[in-house]
Amino acid sequence: MKTATAAMTANSSAPIISVRGVNKTYAGGFQALKKIDLDIKRGEIFALLGPNGAGKTTLISLICGIVKATSGTIIADGHDIMQDYRAARATIGLVPQELHTDAFESVWATVKFSRGLFGKAPDAAYLEKVLRDLSLWDKRNAKIMTLSGGMKRRVLIAKALAHEPTILFLDEPSAGVDVELRHDMWRMVRTLRAQGTTIILTTHYIEEAEDMADRIGVISKGELIVVEDKAVLMRKLGKKQLTLTLRRPMTGIPAGLSAWPLVLSDDGHVLVYSFDAQEEETGIAELLRTLAEHGIEFKDLRSRESSLEDIFVSLVHRPKGTQE
Amino acid sequence: MNIYGIRAIYHFEMARTFRTLWESIVAPVLTTSLYFIVFGKAIGSRMGDIDNVSYGAFIIPGLVMLNLLNESISNASFGIYMPKWAGTIYELLSAPVSWFEVLIGYVGAAATKSVMLGLLILGTARIFVPYEIAHPVWMVAFLLLTAVTFSLFGFIIGLWADSFQKLQVVPMLIVTPLTFLGGAFYSIDMLPPLWQKITLFNPVVYLISGFRWSFYGIADVDVAVSIGMTFGFLMTCLIFVWWVFKTGYKIRH
Repeated sequence: MKTATAAMTANSSAPIISVRGVNKTYAGGFQALKKIDLDIKRGEIFALLGPNGAGKTTLISLICGIVKATSGTIIADGHDIMQDYRAARATIGLVPQELHTDAFESVWATVKFSRGLFGKAPDAAYLEKVLRDLSLWDKRNAKIMTLSGGMKRRVLIAKALAHEPTILFLDEPSAGVDVELRHDMWRMVRTLRAQGTTIILTTHYIEEAEDMADRIGVISKGELIVVEDKAVLMRKLGKKQLTLTLRRPMTGIPAGLSAWPLVLSDDGHVLVYSFDAQEEETGIAELLRTLAEHGIEFKDLRSRESSLEDIFVSLVHRPKGTQE
Repeated sequence: MNIYGIRAIYHFEMARTFRTLWESIVAPVLTTSLYFIVFGKAIGSRMGDIDNVSYGAFIIPGLVMLNLLNESISNASFGIYMPKWAGTIYELLSAPVSWFEVLIGYVGAAATKSVMLGLLILGTARIFVPYEIAHPVWMVAFLLLTAVTFSLFGFIIGLWADSFQKLQVVPMLIVTPLTFLGGAFYSIDMLPPLWQKITLFNPVVYLISGFRWSFYGIADVDVAVSIGMTFGFLMTCLIFVWWVFKTGYKIRH
């Protein structure tokens, strides 16, 4: 067992987190997760997306040891999270979604507590660096209850980093956080990744996942419906749209154009043509020719690639069994 | 063994104690002083000696036990209930600490605080009543054993409670009456014969009797039985906490 563990840890291509056949049914009978299989690659930023109640936080809580799985196994950095919980948990830092803090403690005391709790010898210099990186150093002696929501979020991040984890979970880190802090936070996440930390985040701001993540997992109703490299996902599921602003409004789409997937705006001024971004032949040239033949003139045209948000919405609302 | 983890929990809890040191000390010391004035001086002056011990001195071990039990339970129950209530328990549950290490940290800190308070009350009592301690080593042993046992009991209450009201229920409705009826202010010889038998079902009788023996060499029940009963309660609490952590009852879904 030990040899296998050591070999896995040493092998950098092995997943840093491996979730196999994990189910979670709560005492009330609610099945929060259904047979989850997921590998997180070492050193990546993995974004877990999903609507509220999809099971994102439950999955994170299972890996971190806060919630017990009904069945299945989870390996974190080569250690089974149940059998070898000490080694597994020592590698993980968690920033929870809710602002759970010790209101009466000072910032310094709380990060010192976190470091000790995770079994690390005191290291004032390291903690000072963490607090400085998060712009918390000036507030080190302040009681947490006196801090703003954004500052409390920073404190939670500092606590999660206090024991130098190799895996960092950020559960909705930008919820209720102002723009400046969000930028600071993402800058810090990139720095941590550059230092070799694996980061798993959940977010409602899909543009953040689009901006930050290497890979994306989408979870819906307790099932992991897609796990894909972000670029591949966007290429594979992305649609493009050509929007034409018409010179003269139309009352309906002419019969000769009925074969085209066109949508006319309510006021008849805008015509939208959707096409598959992957296709070699987009059909744009043919469409423009056909429009000219029908005497339809336009004063503006623009094309747009679907965002991750569009992809996410289409994935989550797609009928079961139709995804790849 | 995660020594740093135990130290972190212990220091965290002790820091909480010292933050509220003034309230923690003043209230029990004031209450105890009132007991000495009312029972020791006003009423005690009209009472005869019990087994050659003045009434004022007789109630000292009982009063210390009363405070020790209440403080141990409230410190430990509050200590573990707070993170549950504030949600910060997520950190404890995700940390590489075993249930036993968590226990040493929380129960150790709660017991430390109540022992400190017990000694403080003994000091306060000295102002009002002269007394001797016949078996000081046993006195300290009883003090420690009771503090640890009832801190464990408090820890269990803190795990079980899901509201601040529930946190108060057991100490107010069970522990305080048992302490008052456990011979804190009287010797069980003074009770009618039937009540002498019934009172033996009260575990606090054994604690107070043993503790009083360490002061004056007088006891309602055999000292060995007192020690045995306290250990028995300690083991019961330990087994229960072990079961709680093993099954995740009320803490890990």
